[in-house]
Amino acid sequence: MIRRPGNPTILPAAPLAPPAVRSRAARGLAVAAAQGRFALQVCAACGRTQYPPRDACVACLGAQLDWRDVPNGGVLTAATIVRISTDPYFRQHTPWRMGSVRLDCGVDAMAHVHGKCRPGARVRMALKLDKAGQGVMLALPEADANPMQSDPKLREFTCDPAGRRVLVTDGRTAFGQAAARALIAAGAEVFLGIAAAWNPFPGQNDLPGTPIALDLTDGISVQNAAAAIAARTDIIVNTAGYFRPGAGDARAAMDASYFAASRLAQMFLPALRARAGDGTHPACAWVNMIGINGLVPDPGAPLASAVNAATLALVRALRPEMRPLKLINAFVGQLDDQWHQALPPPKTSPTQFAQAVVAALRNGDEEIAVGDLARHTLAQWYDNHAITLHA
Amino acid sequence: MRRGYDGIVVAAPVTVPYERYSVHGAHHWLGRALHGLLQAAHLTSQDLDGLCVSSFTLGSDTAVGLTQHFGLSPRWLDHIPMGGACGIVALRRAARAVQAGDADIVACVAGDTNAPDSFRATVAGFSRFTIDAALPYGAGGPNAAFALLTDAYMRATGARREDFGRIAVSQRANASGFPHALLRAPLSLDQYLSARMVADPLALFDCVMPCAGAEGVLVMQEATAKNLGLAYVHLRSAIERHNAFPDDPIQLRGGWAMDRDDLYAMAATSPDQIGLLQTYDDYPVIVMLQLEGLGFCGQGEAPDFVRAHDLRTTGDFPHNSSGGQLSGGQAGAAGGYLGLTDAVRQLTGAALGPQIPGLQRALVSGFGMINYDRGLCSGAVILEAA
Repeated sequence: MIRRPGNPTILPAAPLAPPAVRSRAARGLAVAAAQGRFALQVCAACGRTQYPPRDACVACLGAQLDWRDVPNGGVLTAATIVRISTDPYFRQHTPWRMGSVRLDCGVDAMAHVHGKCRPGARVRMALKLDKAGQGVMLALPEADANPMQSDPKLREFTCDPAGRRVLVTDGRTAFGQAAARALIAAGAEVFLGIAAAWNPFPGQNDLPGTPIALDLTDGISVQNAAAAIAARTDIIVNTAGYFRPGAGDARAAMDASYFAASRLAQMFLPALRARAGDGTHPACAWVNMIGINGLVPDPGAPLASAVNAATLALVRALRPEMRPLKLINAFVGQLDDQWHQALPPPKTSPTQFAQAVVAALRNGDEEIAVGDLARHTLAQWYDNHAITLHA
Repeated sequence: MRRGYDGIVVAAPVTVPYERYSVHGAHHWLGRALHGLLQAAHLTSQDLDGLCVSSFTLGSDTAVGLTQHFGLSPRWLDHIPMGGACGIVALRRAARAVQAGDADIVACVAGDTNAPDSFRATVAGFSRFTIDAALPYGAGGPNAAFALLTDAYMRATGARREDFGRIAVSQRANASGFPHALLRAPLSLDQYLSARMVADPLALFDCVMPCAGAEGVLVMQEATAKNLGLAYVHLRSAIERHNAFPDDPIQLRGGWAMDRDDLYAMAATSPDQIGLLQTYDDYPVIVMLQLEGLGFCGQGEAPDFVRAHDLRTTGDFPHNSSGGQLSGGQAGAAGGYLGLTDAVRQLTGAALGPQIPGLQRALVSGFGMINYDRGLCSGAVILEAA
């Protein structure tokens, strides 16, 4: 149990998550939410949209119910403010606004309701991941460009970097430096990890944020950094890893990616999770830059494919235990760096990556793809895993 | 035209006095209800050849396990998981079983225990749709679902909180004379209106208090009741409907409207001939839906109706003679029998509180099972004095 600095008798709010149990069918909402889509089950036989998720069509009993994008408009039928809840997470967050929406696609959905939505008025619905990692319905005002920020309650669904302290792990690369700059621009305070500071590197004279000694291949270094800042860190953006084409030293590659992530998880995550329910800006996310080749192996980068697969598996396996923290995978294609000079575009640039990470944190996304190549590969994978993997 | 229930009667109404929390399990409460039924009818458990059970807190047991637990060997057995509609549905099925000769004496019982965590546990695992699509939105339980219905109803009809308050206040007045009600202290409209909000627009006195308790009745042929020397009432008609009007965006009407013509035609009567109305009152808005659905007033007119009538037992429109669940407490599935047992008592001149003089006919209505965003089960019976 982490105690509040200054007064050890005051315990912070516990890191709780909302109810996480769902039927297998309903877990499809999280799949859609993770992709930023508004998709519901649609009967392949008769076309009827279903909600809540079913195992048989409500109109024709057809068994094939495909998740398809559906119109997200609707009317808020009724609203309430839950002031007494049976669930510990919601008891921390009451009063909580929710309501019922008749969607244009013909279904009725209970939803979390943005403070500006009024019964009888039109709303637009979004599927978001809640702090249990489940897909949930949000009713948002039709004309609000920034609805996730304009209602303080909806910050629960996001990891907005504004006002939060962020550790960016690898300030030696253009990706780490760009991420730090974008996060600072978004209102965050940044610690920038620097390994082997004696060894010169590009950009070292103009580093954003507060540098901190951090070598992810060295357990003692990670431990020292954690002792210094873990209790003050709200978000970790890990830009270290192994993203090179071709073959290489497999042990060194694993050390720089999988083991690096593993050390971070071991030394930092318990401290973050302990403060994941605390205050107005609780600790909220661990972002990992992961090669999309870890999801779909790339014959041109067999070693990177293997080590990124290992990191990806680690992150996904840790997710349930680390709730309510969000463990975000930022998939990248081939990087726009010196290792990929000989390869044709498209490539993922440092700026693209940095902007995508800030957007994912603001949106509360958990799986994002940065750049055309990673996006295309992820789309193929969602479309049909089997065909994509056998291509 | 459906076949009637000629010759079928209801007798021996039993209420096991409710408790806020019980150290006993549901089996204890159901056992006491059965014991009370046998005592009232001077029967032994071997005389029962039919059993119908409703309960939410039996754990892994069903009615089957209860036969061994209670030493019964019935030739007709049913288990009705329909919450607030279970009393109506149990009576309807038992009546047909007796009518067909599949059973001679059916004990219909419902009961639940209540421990400090029971309500949360029941809410958390209530149904698949609840788990998938209601609980994750604030976990307000039935309070939140009915808050939405009430909110929509108020905007559709112009109902005000005072109108719902009239129902709660009049029922509390009835409870003051009913010994088993847990909440018997007088309730004023001001107290109702100034109570703390639970899920807007619902406040404390719109919500029922979970408790432990059990209720039961016996169903048999009229001749059997006469032989046993039991006071009884006739079952004249019964309706049941599930998942009515599924395309309504929100529940502003229950299933009664689909079947009420049948209800009154079978009993050869009409709403103005009903001397006592027992509605299912887990929230006042549902009482209003029943007033409308059962034809006591038109759709959306219940607020005017409650303003124009005195709903107390002593008033011009006696309603929920025992004080209902809003005063008595909600003993789980037993809440689906509360109106039934007290209607039988009133019709046999055996009221525990103020007796409605010259009562000939009562209508008892049931409503249950918020599977997701609305109550799916509705039903009603008309009972007539012998």
